[in-house]
Amino acid sequence: MDSVLDWLRPDWFFDLSVVQDDYNRGRYLAGLWMTAKLSTLCILLSLVVGVVGAAAQGARSRTLRVLVGFFVAFFRNTPPLVQLYFFYFAIGTILRVTGENGLPQPLVSNFGWALISLSLFAGAMNVEIFRSGIEAVPKATIEAAEALGYTRLQTYRYIVLPLAVRISMSALGTNLVNLVKTTTLAYAIAVPELLYVAAQIWSEDLNVREMMNVLLFSYVGIVAVLVWVLHRWEKALRIPGYGG
Amino acid sequence: MKTLSNHAPVKGHLPVLLPVRRVLLSDIPLQDRLFNVWTAAALLLAFVAAAVGPSFAQAEAAPARSIAAILLEWTPSLALAFGFNVLISIFAMAIGTVMGVGLGILQVSPTAAVRKTAWVVTQFFRNSPWLVLLFYCILLIPFKVSLFGVSVPFPGWIKAVIGLSLPVMAYMSEFMRGAILSIPTGQWESASSLGFSRGQTMREIILPQTVKRVLPPWMNLYAVLTMATPLVSIVGVNEVMSVTRAALSAEGRVDLLIPMYLYILCWFFIYCYPISALTSRLERRFAVKL
Repeated sequence: MDSVLDWLRPDWFFDLSVVQDDYNRGRYLAGLWMTAKLSTLCILLSLVVGVVGAAAQGARSRTLRVLVGFFVAFFRNTPPLVQLYFFYFAIGTILRVTGENGLPQPLVSNFGWALISLSLFAGAMNVEIFRSGIEAVPKATIEAAEALGYTRLQTYRYIVLPLAVRISMSALGTNLVNLVKTTTLAYAIAVPELLYVAAQIWSEDLNVREMMNVLLFSYVGIVAVLVWVLHRWEKALRIPGYGG
Repeated sequence: MKTLSNHAPVKGHLPVLLPVRRVLLSDIPLQDRLFNVWTAAALLLAFVAAAVGPSFAQAEAAPARSIAAILLEWTPSLALAFGFNVLISIFAMAIGTVMGVGLGILQVSPTAAVRKTAWVVTQFFRNSPWLVLLFYCILLIPFKVSLFGVSVPFPGWIKAVIGLSLPVMAYMSEFMRGAILSIPTGQWESASSLGFSRGQTMREIILPQTVKRVLPPWMNLYAVLTMATPLVSIVGVNEVMSVTRAALSAEGRVDLLIPMYLYILCWFFIYCYPISALTSRLERRFAVKL
């Protein structure tokens, strides 16, 4: 029973070395910045992967479609952590260049590998999301565009994509939130993001509980910001009378 | 390969047997002849061979075992560890499903306070990263709990199961809420006019109908959970990823890295792909009926 009451002791919530200690605060903010940077870049890159992949899946060439289908199936059905290890430990060990001091150096940093791996993982999901969004665009709309003399690229650029983005907005939001949550995996390859920094602080100061609470609330906060931005975006993109 | 048979029958014409058209190789566009599923598979094999190839060149220099032999040798230990992953995922899924169904029902409770609390709990666990929740459970659940003189041990893997079941609970709760709200309100009204109490309506009328709607996302969630089980290796529970890394450091060969990780990726792919394929088939089937 004592341990249960201990949970409710206020000092565990208020005795925050992150706020009081300059050094820890600096590290925490650096971690927060790193997480924000990693998340933003991953979101942008995964969106690019998604749009390009979805366009390739709608292409006439069978090769492209099959290759993209293969990529999507593989990345969606394997664990992101193993993908990350595969990129960082397997490919990263082989991709080395000789540095200035003559010793082999990795070509891509661990931040770079985290970025590539997470973007491909989330990008594979985005391909599926955009593809189903594109499929939901009525055929008559595309035919009407054709009748007006739009080329294939123009139809895609001005008609299909704007509608598909609006249709796939909610699924996209879920996936991007997932992506931000998945950036914690970068901890495994020692990218100094929020979780990594928090683990450093709690192993030095032995304040596991406080740091855990700080960590959980930080992530809930980050996700809340993202959800708010997506909500605003969805509202801004909304066409009256089209979509819910 | 288009045949003439997919022309829609024109009204007013007698059905005529169309002449059988043999599809000649030259009829298929060159692109399709060159690039299809089989060539994609062959390309992948070629890529793997190119990645593994240099190692064989090294293997000739020194009398070392081939990559395939090493992989085969480690397969039993990897299979055992993978079985442990599956076990963790099944336990976490069971716990998470039971708690999630309960939380989901609370989310549609007529009492506002209960509803709001359940919503906050759901959103909190749904929006926090799996890895952070795992750390939370691993580091903060005591390794032994004494309750009324009985001490219950909590080994690492059980704590990991609990940590993984929390997000499962939250997702399940959302699925349940959506499914319950998607049942037409007329059902509630007719049940109450037949004299069913709220609990009876829920148990005997609403919940059985939600099963069909919840099943596809539930299966998808299981695949996602299985793909999250390697996370427990980060918090120090032995599973397939830790065994893989142990195997790699035992062999100590750079050329083994890519084949080994690809091998593990394939294991997960073979386990998860059928589940997600079945999920999308079920989704399509149920979508028509709704």
